[in-house]
Amino acid sequence: MRILVCIKRVPLTGGRMVLTEDGRALETRHLGFTISPHEECGVEEAVRLVEQHGGEVTVLTLGPAEAEEQVRDSLAAGADRGILLATGGEEWDPQATAAAILAAIEAERTANGGFELIVFGNESADGGNYQVGIRVAHALGLPVVTGLKGLSVEGGRARCEQEVPGGRDVFVVPLPAVVTVLEGINLPRYPSVPAKLRARQKPVERSTPERPEPRLEMLRLVVPPGQGKQAEVLGSGPEAAPKVVEMMRELGVA
Amino acid sequence: MTGVLILVEHEGAGVDELSLQALTLARDVAGGDPVIALLVGEGGRDAAALLGAYGVSSAYVAEDDRLAAYAPGAWAQCAIELMESLEPGAVVAAGSNRGNEVMSHVAARRDLPFAANCTHVDGDTVTRVRWGGTLLEEARVHGTPALLSVAPHMMAAATVNGADAPAIEAFTPALSDAELAVRVSEHVSTVTAGVSLADAKVVVSGGRGVGSAEGFAILEELAGLLGAAVGCSRVVTSSGWRPHTDQVGQTGTKISPDLYIACGISGATQHIAGCKGAKKILAINSDAEAPILSSADYAVIGDLTEIVPAITAELRKARGP
Repeated sequence: MRILVCIKRVPLTGGRMVLTEDGRALETRHLGFTISPHEECGVEEAVRLVEQHGGEVTVLTLGPAEAEEQVRDSLAAGADRGILLATGGEEWDPQATAAAILAAIEAERTANGGFELIVFGNESADGGNYQVGIRVAHALGLPVVTGLKGLSVEGGRARCEQEVPGGRDVFVVPLPAVVTVLEGINLPRYPSVPAKLRARQKPVERSTPERPEPRLEMLRLVVPPGQGKQAEVLGSGPEAAPKVVEMMRELGVA
Repeated sequence: MTGVLILVEHEGAGVDELSLQALTLARDVAGGDPVIALLVGEGGRDAAALLGAYGVSSAYVAEDDRLAAYAPGAWAQCAIELMESLEPGAVVAAGSNRGNEVMSHVAARRDLPFAANCTHVDGDTVTRVRWGGTLLEEARVHGTPALLSVAPHMMAAATVNGADAPAIEAFTPALSDAELAVRVSEHVSTVTAGVSLADAKVVVSGGRGVGSAEGFAILEELAGLLGAAVGCSRVVTSSGWRPHTDQVGQTGTKISPDLYIACGISGATQHIAGCKGAKKILAINSDAEAPILSSADYAVIGDLTEIVPAITAELRKARGP
């Protein structure tokens, strides 16, 4: 089966949120980058499905040219080829993002055929807009199931499991379909050195879509109050135990 | 074009807490204009009757046997029908899994922008949550009606004084097979032993500093004594030391215990997004400069393999034989 996984490059934020001077972005000069966590599991899930059923995994990202790093990471994790929709690094709103992905899927269908399964993360770590996968599904006229913690494919159907209080809800949809997954659906493998070397040779196609005017227009970012309080140190080492228990008593939990 | 339409989630006659919180923001957005509720599925009428206290003036209950099982597309159809007949200025839902999902379907079908997980609305400008709440964004919504969901646990479910019971009207939405194609077809129950992470009054949690899966034994012991749940950070689940169901964080469980004990957890924003709802946080860390100390209320500095057993022993001693 042909599977597409859409991923996003996000910074590894560490312990504090620091903004750029204009307050419109995170200061990332001293930060590393990664694949947004849910999508990292999306790549792993797609690779496992192809290992089981045969086929090919394509990874797509919309992001700055540097996002090729996350595409290569996905190729090292077992994906076969990449598509990079390169932006100038500016913010794309969910509608613009979905439109660019849709155009890429349609171009791909003409060139290489359609995808039987399109995988998104349930929401990106940074924007958290919860909607790009659903928008793409509607535009393609495909069924979409979100927030998956379990996925299996058999006989042209996908069995999709969501974690809900007290158990799991199951949805069964015919392929082709769109799914959005959550971290915990699997434990992504750690790529081997040979896999990383092979990833350098795998094909990555690039194009530069035009960014439409945003309809959810980010004006500025704000660090919420409460960051930067200082803990009361109860002590050092095991000698602090009586003070800890005293604190627990005061809270009524001991 | 006035008033606010709000999707209210309910389980039978019980209204979901996150929907009650969303009503607080919905009233604010309505600014005195009517707040109109949409309820879908069994128990809708009974649940709707409770909403007067939360400022709902009228409620529409979608009734169709095919709505018994959750179907996001069908719920979206219900919302779109009311949105187009009532012409509200905004359509609101809770920032729950289903709330965000249904609103996304509405937005996709009508090509409207949707601002998820808002904490504040001022005209066409919203404040919304990014990075699991460790960062906020101010954004302008270019579309009418404004489609919004309300960030969970950022505001109280406040009641209003002297409110009447809402007028309740049932309606039968025009559902097509396509809207019902994706629906819950089966529920698999799982029985979990012990205290659940989400409901525990105390959570004893470990991070990279615990060192190994075996290292959690001393945390388990302390948790057992306190009737607490055991949690962990993302690095622990990524390393395979604990199952993902134990993860506290932006991509794990978001918790609000009375006390959160963070052992060997540095305090990445990904983790803080999951535990910032705790009333009090105790950090046990060998590094007095760790970021967790700027989110914690109390700290003990030192080796957790000595400190955690010492707390366990002290608790036992205090309780007597």
